[in-house]
Amino acid sequence: MTAELTSGSPLAPLLALRGVRKSFGEHLVLGGVDLEVAEHSCVVLIGASGSGKSTLLRAVDLLEDIDDGSIQLRGVDIADPWVDADAVRARLGMVFQAYNLFAHLRVLDNLTLAQRLVHKQGKDEAEAAAIEMLARVGLADKATAYPDQLSGGQAQRAAIARALVNEPELLLLDEVTSALDPELVGEVLDLLVGLREEGMTMLVATHEMGFARRVADQVCFLDGGRVLEAGTPEQVLEDPQQPRTREFLARLQV
Amino acid sequence: MVAEPNAVPDQRPWQPSEKALARTVYRARRRRRSFLVALASTVVVAGLAWWVLVSSPGWERTREAFFDPARFVEMLPALAGGLWLNLRVWVIAGLVSLVLGLLLAIARTTTAPALFPLRAAVVVFVDVFRGVPVLLVLLLVGFGLPALRLSWLPVQAAFLGTLALVLTYSAYLAEIFRAGIEAVHPAQVAAARALGLTRAQTTRRIVVPQAVRNVVPALLNIVVALQKDSGLISILGAVDAIRVAQISVTGDYNFTPYVAAGFLFLVVSIPLTRAVDAYNARRGWRGTRGVGGAIR
Ligand SMILES: Nc1ncnc2c1ncn2[C@@H]1O[C@H](COP(=O)(O)OP(=O)(O)OP(=O)(O)O)[C@@H](O)[C@H]1O
Ligand SMILES: [Mg+2]
Repeated sequence: MTAELTSGSPLAPLLALRGVRKSFGEHLVLGGVDLEVAEHSCVVLIGASGSGKSTLLRAVDLLEDIDDGSIQLRGVDIADPWVDADAVRARLGMVFQAYNLFAHLRVLDNLTLAQRLVHKQGKDEAEAAAIEMLARVGLADKATAYPDQLSGGQAQRAAIARALVNEPELLLLDEVTSALDPELVGEVLDLLVGLREEGMTMLVATHEMGFARRVADQVCFLDGGRVLEAGTPEQVLEDPQQPRTREFLARLQV
Repeated sequence: MVAEPNAVPDQRPWQPSEKALARTVYRARRRRRSFLVALASTVVVAGLAWWVLVSSPGWERTREAFFDPARFVEMLPALAGGLWLNLRVWVIAGLVSLVLGLLLAIARTTTAPALFPLRAAVVVFVDVFRGVPVLLVLLLVGFGLPALRLSWLPVQAAFLGTLALVLTYSAYLAEIFRAGIEAVHPAQVAAARALGLTRAQTTRRIVVPQAVRNVVPALLNIVVALQKDSGLISILGAVDAIRVAQISVTGDYNFTPYVAAGFLFLVVSIPLTRAVDAYNARRGWRGTRGVGGAIR
């Protein structure tokens, strides 16, 4: 299993979801979702609040068990319970809606934690990488600050840096800008656009259509527990085919 | 690269796929294996403990002196009568201590300058009664208070014992409540005040409910400890389960009644602990510390 896990098939998309189904008790949230994320591409999930975007991302990061279907990472079904979930998560980066920085650790230590505990890096090595990453997201001067001493945008950039420093194969972002005011939103989105240009593979849930237009290779509209419509940003956002998609987008305009 | 949009949602009832069934089977097998491992290790550990016990040189005599089945059964009714006093003391001291502890903790969080003496008194009270051994508090209250000859003060051992337990336990509980109050996120207070709630309303409607939920396991721990410590009132002469056992032991130096009394305490405290665990698990929100579901 493990050998297969690290190699996988080179031809398969980096991530492929097939018929992913998840309910909480009686409440069906994902009713058979199909979705693919090719390497070096950015797929954006849109959909009403409660449509299951966060649930989908959490399922991919194995923070949530699914009821049925498969989640293939380089062709290996990571939803199978015999797959080592810790090893899978170590290969993925996830940034949450509320930034989830560890409040009792300095920004620098937030970044080096997984490097040292999971990726078994030495202290100096991990700190050097962390400082470089902080510089990259414009927080070089905040390394020794505690999370509650950062602004919202800074905290969110630090959270993204924390995911990036582990060099994930796939970055999962859950509404990373929804808690921020517009000025800070720009700051975080610019960072993500930069990552996209460097070829980072991303699966992003967002309410930020401007961001979808700027970076998405594919936009997926989640509705009724399914991907109701998918395509390029031009197709889905400018010329939606499904009435539900049109309704959703129209409501965003007002 | 682009996945085909899914067609119209599938309305047929869900049948788990082969894949899902295989996963279920695998998880069930894992659970069964975990259970067997747990069982095997329990049998080994318990067997070892038993072997150490029965192979010790004094085991025969110990068994006669501590585990005499006839004495055990014979003593149960009298001990149960004594335990009834323990239970009453426990319930009353527990309820009073919970209320008093919470009030003390709230008093400590006040900020009005005029209330400084109150805060100072609370600090002294908590420091003193948390720092002095329960046994000492019992002796001082049990023998010191009657010496004052206050006509309005009941002097029964059970009453004084309960009072001493309340003093000690309300001090413990006050500290636990205070920790719970301090763990409530400041944004919660800000949100309440922003809605126009007063300080007092915020404390009562927002802070205290969250604080209490945060510390339920710790409170439970203390309440169970109080159930055992209710046995300490026997030193003041109150005829509780321990006192009943003691009187009997003094007669013939067979210690089985102590073991029987211990058994009765367990009969009460173990189901109690399990019941509260079950209650906590059923409750949706487990406090700010509750992490829902185990992550694989
Ligand atoms: N742990 C849980 N227990 C029960 N129901 C849950 C749980 N987590 C999510 N849900 C439900 O699943 C549905 C989808 O939630 P999810 O958080 O995935 O939505 P979302 O698309 O991310 O919404 P938003 O845009 O508001 O973030 C909601 O109806 C929610 O109430
Ligand atoms: Mg969400």
